[in-house]
Amino acid sequence: MGPHTLSQVLRHIPVSNDPRLMVGLETSDDAAVYKLNDDQALIQTVDFFTPMVDDPYLYGQIAAANALSDIYAMGGRPLMALNIVCFPDCLPHTILEEILRGGAEKVQEAGGIIAGGHTVRDAEPKYGLTVTGLARPEQITANAGARAGDLLVLTKPLGTGIIITGIKAEMVSEAAVSVAAQSMSALNREASEAMLRHGAKACTDITGFGLLGHASEMAGASGVTLEIDYSSLPLLPETMNMARMGLIPGGAYDNREYLRGRVELDEGLKPEEQMLLFDPQTSGGLLVSIPAPGAEKIISELAGAGIHAAIIGRVLPREEKLIRVVPSGDKEEVGTKAKGEVGTQ
Amino acid sequence: MNHKTVDCRGLACPQPVLNTKKAMETEGIASIITIVDNDVARQNVILFAKNAGYEVTEEAKDDAFHLNISHPGEALPSKTDGGYKQETTRSAESGPVYFITTNALGQGSPDLGQVLIKSLFTTLAEMNPPPAALLFLNTGVFLTCAGSDVMNQLEKMHASGTSVLSCGTCLDYYKINDKLKIGSVSNMFEINNWLSGPHMVTTIA
Repeated sequence: MGPHTLSQVLRHIPVSNDPRLMVGLETSDDAAVYKLNDDQALIQTVDFFTPMVDDPYLYGQIAAANALSDIYAMGGRPLMALNIVCFPDCLPHTILEEILRGGAEKVQEAGGIIAGGHTVRDAEPKYGLTVTGLARPEQITANAGARAGDLLVLTKPLGTGIIITGIKAEMVSEAAVSVAAQSMSALNREASEAMLRHGAKACTDITGFGLLGHASEMAGASGVTLEIDYSSLPLLPETMNMARMGLIPGGAYDNREYLRGRVELDEGLKPEEQMLLFDPQTSGGLLVSIPAPGAEKIISELAGAGIHAAIIGRVLPREEKLIRVVPSGDKEEVGTKAKGEVGTQ
Repeated sequence: MNHKTVDCRGLACPQPVLNTKKAMETEGIASIITIVDNDVARQNVILFAKNAGYEVTEEAKDDAFHLNISHPGEALPSKTDGGYKQETTRSAESGPVYFITTNALGQGSPDLGQVLIKSLFTTLAEMNPPPAALLFLNTGVFLTCAGSDVMNQLEKMHASGTSVLSCGTCLDYYKINDKLKIGSVSNMFEINNWLSGPHMVTTIA
């Protein structure tokens, strides 16, 4: 559901003011956090979606990585997960087995347990998980913790929505498809552990509302403005080629509409560059707000683990707009690897 | 010059972009009207057409958007090449296309084959106009990578506007992605664009 519709609907839900609910609806966070005692907070999240890739096993992995990511974004570790499945009668059940195997292996990789699930007959397959995690209450990295002076770290390249649209158009090279698949199915575990080691206080994961959608939630909850340096954004290979061709998912336009008037984009940005900022991500990276020394350590530690993270901007005291995107660098190299794109090797 | 209407009503993305692209690649088409019935398709087709070097005007009628897409200036069918403008000069644009699927010319002794392929490229480099594009496939991709005997000839043609494209799948297969020295990595879509375009194509196998 688009951010605009969602916020309309959620207005009517009563807000709880139970003090044990550390993070609830109001701050548009990734997961709810319930304080059990001074040492333990329970994190609860749910996420599921329709297939975005043809391979059922990969779809299962991506859906699970995406659901688990909400726990990582809050600074927790997953304990237990339940499958949520919608599946049509007309498809062979071996497909469902592959989806569930992909999900189960991903949860296992995360150190969690799949403890059951629920299935519904439906015309279109849908899969996801509800995940329960645990964190130390003082380590919760909610949207509201960003402070002026922090740097912003992004831990996965952008462009999955555009690449998935390009795949539907059969225009993405095999190599680029495989980089995107690898990125979407990768856990945000190392990224989360690295940010906790260096004392991050705010984090969100970049998913359906795009980079600017989720960044603006962080800016709003923290009472700050985020400045994003366009030229520093890491991109999946071939993303800009697809964007230039108008292979942009409808969700990106919804996200842009929702944020109209709340974000300020440099006038030099080309239309396709602007759309990249709103591109809905599937199982995207973590956006972490953290003081400079920690930011650099996260980058170097993740690089050691083979993860391409980048410093993409900084946190400013609150200005009129929630987000300011500053000028584009040169992303126009054609054919060769554009600046900022992650290699296909 | 011919005109074509592409009715994309009822179609979801990315189909309107693809149908418009197909119309652009049809020989002799000077202008296109793409009809779309949703705003996402409208914006994506406009973005695509402008980036491919076309001018777009639009009008809303009958609950749909009519996008008038035309090429400014002359009526040569445009090469879209994955949405970005080809870096070719006008002179190379009019030359032929070579589809090179081997790094040794002809059957028989591999040594002789290499001598012959070098001789071929030396000849190509003297052509006027230079080739519009050189498309390298299978072992042909070794010619665009480090250690190639024909690098000087390729550089000369590249400098005069020839597109030098190497098949990405082939570079992957031979594990020589990091050795590519000239031109850009391409895909079957773009290669097929050249093969099915208006240029004369010669296959070197």
